[in-house]
Amino acid sequence: MEFGEIVSVLLQGAVVTIEIVAMALPLAIIMAFSFGLIRLYASAPFKQIAIFYIEFFRGTSALIQLYWIYFVLPFFGITIDAMTAAVVALGLNIGAYGTEVVRGAIQSVPKGQFEASIALNFTATQRLWRIIMPQALVNMIPPFGNLAIELVKATSLVSLITIGDLTFKAKSLADTTLQVGEIFGVVLVLYFVMAQCLMFFIKRLEKRLSKGLGRGGIHS
Amino acid sequence: MSTPIIEFKNVKKCFGETVIFSDFNFKVEENEIVSIIGPSGSGKSTLLRILMTLEGIDGGYINIAGESLWHMLWQGQYVPANNKHLHKMRNHLGMVFQHFNLFPHMTVKRNITEAPMRVKGISREEAEASAERLLQLVGLADKADSYPNDLSGGQKQRVGIARALAMKPSILLLDEITSALDPELVDEVLDVIRNLVKEESFTMLLVTHEMYFAREISDRVCFFDKGAIVEEGKPEAIFTQPQEERTKAFLNAYLGQ
Repeated sequence: MEFGEIVSVLLQGAVVTIEIVAMALPLAIIMAFSFGLIRLYASAPFKQIAIFYIEFFRGTSALIQLYWIYFVLPFFGITIDAMTAAVVALGLNIGAYGTEVVRGAIQSVPKGQFEASIALNFTATQRLWRIIMPQALVNMIPPFGNLAIELVKATSLVSLITIGDLTFKAKSLADTTLQVGEIFGVVLVLYFVMAQCLMFFIKRLEKRLSKGLGRGGIHS
Repeated sequence: MSTPIIEFKNVKKCFGETVIFSDFNFKVEENEIVSIIGPSGSGKSTLLRILMTLEGIDGGYINIAGESLWHMLWQGQYVPANNKHLHKMRNHLGMVFQHFNLFPHMTVKRNITEAPMRVKGISREEAEASAERLLQLVGLADKADSYPNDLSGGQKQRVGIARALAMKPSILLLDEITSALDPELVDEVLDVIRNLVKEESFTMLLVTHEMYFAREISDRVCFFDKGAIVEEGKPEAIFTQPQEERTKAFLNAYLGQ
């Protein structure tokens, strides 16, 4: 098979991979923030639910989670298409790790910031969103960047539930053409490029958010 | 005598097993400037932090302007205050911190305008005009658009004072406001306070290790040790003729006499 053809087939797969990332990442962020805040501030029963979610999704294999959502849930009458299953499984999985990122970043904001905002009589909501969160967000960016790249790489699991992503295309091409060197070489490069693009945006975001904070991009 | 603006009645405060105050009584009159001196760990800062609602109490009552700080009347009985009550009571109080605690993600100007705008609902124009006046007062009119991390310690603390004043508190709490500063920066901060009390009358409660400043500015000096006032009185009396042995020992050690 011509090298150009191989690249073109693999690029189709890469587009599917990017689609999954584009949908799972927002889901992961929503999960991370909502359960991160619940974990910190909600009453005990809600905290327990958050802890269960975090420990369950961190403590079991992402592949098995994917299988459950796609192959097992139909037995309970819940049938979802492969793409949705992929987005939900990966979003919830990465989101569980993100929850701890959100929690840690909020807790790492110095206590004095919280005290000053009480002394100035801000309400609890204002304290969180106007004082603590803008500072915590800067702390979250680097670990969130890691998780986003983890997500890109974890998408290769979805090839096991019939989705034609980059890994899936690569394997089927390799099975038929046996040109494993070229194929998996291109696959490596494509994953790497995707991760680098993601890092580029994350770095820019970090620069923007760290204005005045004297860390992150600004003084480097 | 009028109602004291601050009154502690039989206040008890513990941190776990450690008892800070076992039965603490204390009064401050309106427009009185009271300095609290004493060895570290004697509960000086805790006193201010309790007033600013950063620490709760384990017994007794505290009144601010005749109204209970940590309790509220509910069906004819005093019950622990809820957030709404604390929010109301905090309007009386302003605090300047040892480590400044400026908001690093906001410019100097926004540090000063944010609370008046968001908490008191003052218009942006009015808040900014007031911030300009305050920055003038603390000698930092040219730093309005800087970020706190670009300021020196002394400048940060002057912003801290302006930020507290912007909320127009009737009681100002100063918690070791020069302790984190290099010696040559101490006076620029103390000068701000000197000018402040020259121009307006304030109720001010300050914890300080600057003995000369305490002597010069205070109406009353309280020497604290182990969660109790060992000795209090006019600054002249405390600094020149301390009566208690512990006061003498402390002042000797501090002033190197």
